[in-house]
Amino acid sequence: MAEKFQFDLVSPEKLLYSAHAEQVVVPGVEGDFGVLAGHAPLISIVRTGLVEVKGSEDGDMRIFVRGGLAEVTPAGLTLLAEEAMPFEDLSAADLDGRIKNLEEDVADARDEKARNRASEALDQLRQVRALLN
Amino acid sequence: MPSLKSFRVRIASVKSTRKITKALNLVAASKLRRAQEAAVNARPFAERMERVLANLGASMAGNPGAPRLLAGTGRDDVHLVIVATSDRGLAGGFNANISKMARQHIARLTAEGKQVKILAIGRKGRDALRRDYGKNIIDTIELGGVKAVGFATAHEIATRVLDMYEAGEFDVATIFYSRFQSVIAQIPTMQRLIPAEVKQAEGAPSVDLKGAIYTYEPDETEILADLLPRNVAVQIFRAMLENAASFFGAQMTAMDNATRNAGDVIDKLTIQYNRTRQAMITKELIEIISGAEAL
Repeated sequence: MAEKFQFDLVSPEKLLYSAHAEQVVVPGVEGDFGVLAGHAPLISIVRTGLVEVKGSEDGDMRIFVRGGLAEVTPAGLTLLAEEAMPFEDLSAADLDGRIKNLEEDVADARDEKARNRASEALDQLRQVRALLN
Repeated sequence: MPSLKSFRVRIASVKSTRKITKALNLVAASKLRRAQEAAVNARPFAERMERVLANLGASMAGNPGAPRLLAGTGRDDVHLVIVATSDRGLAGGFNANISKMARQHIARLTAEGKQVKILAIGRKGRDALRRDYGKNIIDTIELGGVKAVGFATAHEIATRVLDMYEAGEFDVATIFYSRFQSVIAQIPTMQRLIPAEVKQAEGAPSVDLKGAIYTYEPDETEILADLLPRNVAVQIFRAMLENAASFFGAQMTAMDNATRNAGDVIDKLTIQYNRTRQAMITKELIEIISGAEAL
């Protein structure tokens, strides 16, 4: 059995989830990365996407996160997410609503920067939506 | 001599006041527990965020490429003062203390010739500042409908503040709130939001990296640019949570005092009532006896 490490998922309101896992795959802005025990210290921005937890006490699970930061230290992995929920609880209707909102944001963005930001968020959300089917 | 009836009426009225203050005291106590829990639950996020920011900020300080939220606009002319209070009163000096501190700060800034804009969170703070600085208040955010402070509310406020900053409407933002220390001690606190105050978080465990250094993905500047706006929201959120806990703490203490005071007043009135009653009985007896002796 692979070595385990501490994984904490924290939202601004509370500590959402804490477990020991063998591997956690985090959707970083520069691509997904897998974290195993003994990973080098790392700070990365997290994009909207799915976190995959493998080999934890509760088995394997997938968690939807939006906006945040991942910090890997020798002590473990801490994921600060503005929003997080289990993938199973995610509803297609809810996502569609958000996608629609973002499409509107893209449409009436004031400047280039805001438009880029909104369309980036939109792409990320669409990827998650595609997984849901 | 006041009539017996007027005593009875007054005692009854003070008794019903005591019932109300007692009930409010109990309500505040139960809400305090929840507010305190929320404040404690929110701590891990804020602490970790602060730690990362402190790491990054230290390496970025003085760097010309540092984001504006950290470096400031380079000016110090327009100040945004965010005054976080409650919507309700009956909490002793809670709102008064925060407003007083804010007012002193505003007075100092005005004396220095700076322009001051006020954003009030909670009705009481606005009411307290309206008389002296009414024209400086740009808006009030009422929390009336919000039962428990959620991150979404704080996020909304933060978005607004950040939009104003982007639009160049102010240079420095400060938030006033009450830090919750214990049920009897709430400390009015002033904190600078923009430019961000980077400090080593107290109490947050520092991490031993065992000689390794962090890899940043993407680079430090971009992480900071992403993190600083979030940090504003987190700080406002924390201020609001601390405020909620402080408010109920202050209300509990105030209502406890009021209940005790009502009890004292009732005791005093009851003694007076009894004395008056006895005096009247004695008087009547004297009248009867002296009437009988005269026969």
